[in-house]
Amino acid sequence: MAEASPRLPRGFLAGLRGRVGATGLPWVSGTMLLLVVVAALFGEAIAPHDPNGFNLAAAFKPPAWQEGGSLAYLLGTDNLGRDVLSRIIAGARVSLIVAAYAIVFSGVIGALIGMISGYFGGRVDAVIMRLVDIQMSIPSLALALMIAAVLSPSLSTVVIVIAITYWTWYARIVRGEILSLKERDYVALAKVAGCGTATIFHRHLLPNVMNTLLVLATLQVGQVIIFEASLSFLGLGIQSPEVSWGLMLADARNYITKAWWTITLPGVAIMLTCLSSNLVGDWLRDTFDPKRRQL
Amino acid sequence: MTAAPTPLLKIENLQAHIKLRRGTVRAVDGVDFEIAPGETLGLVGESGSGKTMTSLSILRLLPRAGGHIAGGKIELDGTDLTRVTDAVMARDWRGSRISMVSQDPLTSLNPVFTVGDQVGAPFRYHDMIPAGKSLREAIVAVLDRVRIPSPAKRLDDYPHQFSGGMRQRVVSAMAIACAPRLLIADEPTSNLDVTIQVQMMRLFRDLQAETGMGIILITHDLGVAAGICHRVAVMYAGRIVEIGDVRRIYRQPAHPYTRALLDSIPHLGQKRRRLYAIGGQPPSLIDPPPGCRFAARCPNRMAICDQSYPPSRTVAPGHRASCWLIEADT
Amino acid sequence: MLGYIAKRGVHGLVSIVGASMLIFAISRLSGDPVLLMLPPEAPQSLVDETRRHMGLDQPLWMQYLIFAGKALTGDFGNSYRWQMPALDLVLDRLPATIQLAVAALLFSMALAIPFGVLSAVHRGTWIDNFGKGFAMLGQAMPNFWVGLLLILVFAIHLEWLPPFGHGTPAHLVMPAIALGWYPVAAQTRIIRSSMLDVLDSDYIRMGRAVGAPDWVLIWKYAFRNAAIPLVTMLGVYFAAMLGGAFVVEVIFAWPGLGRTVVEAVFSRDFPVVQAGVLFTSILFVLSNLLVDLSYGVIDPRIRRDG
Repeated sequence: MAEASPRLPRGFLAGLRGRVGATGLPWVSGTMLLLVVVAALFGEAIAPHDPNGFNLAAAFKPPAWQEGGSLAYLLGTDNLGRDVLSRIIAGARVSLIVAAYAIVFSGVIGALIGMISGYFGGRVDAVIMRLVDIQMSIPSLALALMIAAVLSPSLSTVVIVIAITYWTWYARIVRGEILSLKERDYVALAKVAGCGTATIFHRHLLPNVMNTLLVLATLQVGQVIIFEASLSFLGLGIQSPEVSWGLMLADARNYITKAWWTITLPGVAIMLTCLSSNLVGDWLRDTFDPKRRQL
Repeated sequence: MTAAPTPLLKIENLQAHIKLRRGTVRAVDGVDFEIAPGETLGLVGESGSGKTMTSLSILRLLPRAGGHIAGGKIELDGTDLTRVTDAVMARDWRGSRISMVSQDPLTSLNPVFTVGDQVGAPFRYHDMIPAGKSLREAIVAVLDRVRIPSPAKRLDDYPHQFSGGMRQRVVSAMAIACAPRLLIADEPTSNLDVTIQVQMMRLFRDLQAETGMGIILITHDLGVAAGICHRVAVMYAGRIVEIGDVRRIYRQPAHPYTRALLDSIPHLGQKRRRLYAIGGQPPSLIDPPPGCRFAARCPNRMAICDQSYPPSRTVAPGHRASCWLIEADT
Repeated sequence: MLGYIAKRGVHGLVSIVGASMLIFAISRLSGDPVLLMLPPEAPQSLVDETRRHMGLDQPLWMQYLIFAGKALTGDFGNSYRWQMPALDLVLDRLPATIQLAVAALLFSMALAIPFGVLSAVHRGTWIDNFGKGFAMLGQAMPNFWVGLLLILVFAIHLEWLPPFGHGTPAHLVMPAIALGWYPVAAQTRIIRSSMLDVLDSDYIRMGRAVGAPDWVLIWKYAFRNAAIPLVTMLGVYFAAMLGGAFVVEVIFAWPGLGRTVVEAVFSRDFPVVQAGVLFTSILFVLSNLLVDLSYGVIDPRIRRDG
């Protein structure tokens, strides 16, 4: 069995540890992202109220720091008396689940297709890339709308829709990397040594593409969250009783004159999550490739 | 050739530093020289010696990032340029009274503007269109002067439509458009073939004869310097180590570095098989040594060379060098 | 040059045809339109009759060819909801979307260009950090949320602008801002990075040596070069605006194609969905095509040799 390729990192974490020294850790954005993850994982335990528990007597309470607000409902309540803070925490869970699944699916599928396309080249490549072009000639939201209309809206639908929409990005980028990687000597050596294609993919190509994939995935988190929020906002994504930040905004739209916090705060949650994941993604990208660090 | 009573350019103790994260680089560390009207001075030295930085200092074009003039005087026609604001430099001096021709003609021209636009720029910015001519006529005239064929037609062409040699002429046209008092030519011929080199230099010398323009020629190529300059200043590690009439320096170099430079020029019929190169590296300019900076590579090194920097001493009238080997002035 | 245009044109055409197939397939998957059109008690014979009448009993590929054939003549069927030809509806709403997309693009450039140029010129200072931070923030805010916030502040609290509708320039302001917000970050980054490259170049130094004043150096000599990457990307951004318009139009009740398609999706109005998405895709592909063609126009170096 051929030796592993020279660029294969001894261990992904070890490589990471070595580079961190150069760029430092992203403290603020990392912490923010961590908070969102914690909210997602332990939401039920942390949330002060039941996100779906409505209490019409407590409807439209403003946030605690405003007149009329109370500490029981830190961020106020919506039109049905549901606690905004609890709903935001619950929404974190949904957003991250959707993002995680969607990115993993689209990443795996996209990377696989990209690797096949790049590695085999020729007609396979031409056909696959043409398919990618065709799909990408339809604006992603339009495509998602159509698919969401076919399948009845639900969390799994949203995951599927996003996965279908985003795999093309991974495919294109991975294909590009593979195109340059496959000319390397160690790939030729592996072939000569009799390695099967699957092995070449797994041992030689994949580890070198991992870095790029990881950076892309992290940078996609923000986009996916916004995409899901848009779908849910339009009513084609997450449905009640599940809680999504986009859905919260859709509900709040009807009461925009009465309750500014219901329109503002869920959006702030989206913004902070996207911001922190973008910053962490940028940091990852700079850590892995100092040449591309933006000065 | 002795300096005229009122020098065109007078540089006194010029210091130019670059601030880097690891320290301040003293790229030009106490440079003195003068140029008379109509004189060509060669500034010779290896890369990093400070010759380009010196010329940039005169133009006040030091790199935006951390470069600044730390001390000294630069007097052109009596005005101290170190005391002039950047806006006034641009308005009154750069392009009109001092101009520059630099190394790479391809990258010196803006690819998205026509040659006419760029050559017209010095005229426009300094309001110096010759009397009785339109801007277009003036541009055609200067392009003609640098021997660009059919200049009126080529006015509206873009840089990429010219050959390398033609582009160098365009850059020269920009430099001489306003008949500057001082022309700085920074290795203007290193990327071109010999015939073009000769033509370029002849062009500059003609203008010099007409207007009394001074020329600073920066080069590492001693052959070029010998052919064109009246005087030569040899720079090493941020300082001038020898300065004087070009022929005298070539025949009787006083400084060991100059001698080493001359020795390393291969020539036909030489007996030595291998090329002679000066061993070692120039010292760091962030923390230069207290003594002579060439000491570490000098075949004539003495104890005093490491202790203190040799003062500038007279070798012959108009010929000075900084070396402990030279007898002190009486 | 011509050969290049032709090649890209064919490529675009293939994409559009492929897209039409994809669109057709997806909309057919969503269920039987006949059952939607007819009341639930309709007798089976009527259902079959209608199905035959609408050509829905044919195999799928046959149906597609019929659809494609009709589409080429401009016949996309009639809207189930509005009883008018789907194509007419789409073409009626298209200009409003294009207007919005163009306005949004202009807005985004109006922010990105100054931010990008100033960030590059004052690199490392607070101006630079502010520009970068602002752009980062913009990329983290969903366009519909920006729209909602704008309505909250400018329409409801300050009452300066109308919250929805169409007709006056005042109606265009908020939707254009909401839609144009997102690409500001990417555009700022492009301009900043290309300005930084250009400012370091020899010809800019030559420009300084010739005595050009600072503002000329930055805005004439440098910017013209730095703008090249941005201009070539404009088509891509325009296309992105088309996609983002869907949600923004819904928020502001903007009578454009996006809102029409969204409504059509909800009411299962397939002819309109098909026609609408197809036309959006055509515009999409055209803008990307323009990007490729614009290289020659912008950069004189490429002009002659194409």
